[in-house]
Amino acid sequence: MERKTINTPLTDDIIENLHCGDLCFITGKLLTARDKAHERIAQMLSAGEKLPFDLKNEIIYYVGPTPAKPGEIIGAAGPTTSSRMDHFSPIMFELGIKAMIGKGRRDNLTKELTKKYRAVYFSSFGGAGAYLSKRIKSSKIIAFDDLASEAVHELFVENFPVVVAIDMYGEDIYEHAVHRGE
Amino acid sequence: MKRTIHTDQIKTAIEELIRSASFITPPEVKDIFADMRENETLPLASETLNILIENIDIAEKENIPLCQDCGSAILFLEIGQELEITGDYLYDAVNSAVADAYRNFYLRKSIVADPLRRVNTGTNTPAFIHTDIVPGNGLTIDLMLKGGGSENMSALRMFRPTESVEKIIDFIEDTVIAAGPNPCPPLFLGVGIGGTADTAMLNAKKALLKNPSEHHPDPYYRDLEIKILERVNKTGVGPMGFGGTNSAAVVHIKTAPAHIASLPVALNLNCHSLRKGRTVI
Repeated sequence: MERKTINTPLTDDIIENLHCGDLCFITGKLLTARDKAHERIAQMLSAGEKLPFDLKNEIIYYVGPTPAKPGEIIGAAGPTTSSRMDHFSPIMFELGIKAMIGKGRRDNLTKELTKKYRAVYFSSFGGAGAYLSKRIKSSKIIAFDDLASEAVHELFVENFPVVVAIDMYGEDIYEHAVHRGE
Repeated sequence: MKRTIHTDQIKTAIEELIRSASFITPPEVKDIFADMRENETLPLASETLNILIENIDIAEKENIPLCQDCGSAILFLEIGQELEITGDYLYDAVNSAVADAYRNFYLRKSIVADPLRRVNTGTNTPAFIHTDIVPGNGLTIDLMLKGGGSENMSALRMFRPTESVEKIIDFIEDTVIAAGPNPCPPLFLGVGIGGTADTAMLNAKKALLKNPSEHHPDPYYRDLEIKILERVNKTGVGPMGFGGTNSAAVVHIKTAPAHIASLPVALNLNCHSLRKGRTVI
């Protein structure tokens, strides 16, 4: 099947051409955040504090890797379940993110916001942690280092495979997939 | 005849089981993936299966865990009644083996000490330990490493005993559809039928310990396993929930006698990364 190549940063041109079900390979920068990093971002905002990083036009990857072995860049690093981050979607879009990478369905609000902010939700390949780790070329913690594997990491990836799960037109791959057997 | 073993032997065995399950996929599971790739019809589903198969190869060759969710360590111990265990307290020995393995093999530690206050223990312990006393003087250890995503999609329903088998199949189909992409299909489905609410769920999990190519010895349940698999694979969920004909790889049923008023059915879902192993001491 057709493979699309994406280089970051994500521009409106790129996002307009992405459609639900597309298999894409991303090269460039991702920022990691999962449950606790999102919680920390929300807490800092409500306390009126400034975030130690800029999320404008960034791609957020929901991942909590295994510890890197000595000499390795990162351990197994596949996506975690995205729905746990659904209730942070309004804050994250407001901060300017353009895409999220995780796995599984999103709630209706996240879907609406994906349309409103002309963004995209990618699913990567759950349980392909070893495969995906080989596509990560560098990793460094840029904030919240006390959160260990849940700290915010800046990753550079090469040909990192993702599928467009919700596009900016509001189409959702998981709604197309399922039908009753009989 | 009475026999004695030391907990050091048990610890060594458990560490090896964890290492093997975290990095190495057994040939019979690789065969299942090859079959699924062979019969898959949707292009994106085939691409997905290719990536999962390549993941299996990379994990084994490069010693990278199959998944970053290295799971809860779940242990089933069948202890012979005539076996004497010396050394540490058995559960301490098991937990120490789990902690050592997760540290030494650079596995992710995913256990919190308290379900509501949620502070990580940092060791992936405690393990979840089930013991059965069996005749003889042997010790069989089954290990399962289970990720959170698939465990979260478990389901239990207490059916009316007069309910038709069709309704049970519907329940399983509904559960797989509702779970969709979250448990990382293609799934290995464990189905516990009968017993009490708790034994049904335990049997659902124990069903997953069977060899993937093994069917239920009773033809009635073997046929039901086949029927459930066919139905689930018609849902369209597919690999990773992107759509396709391979929503589940295998269905295993484990049954138990039940109360005249009860028909519990429990479903334990395992993701495509079936990480388990068995050793006999």
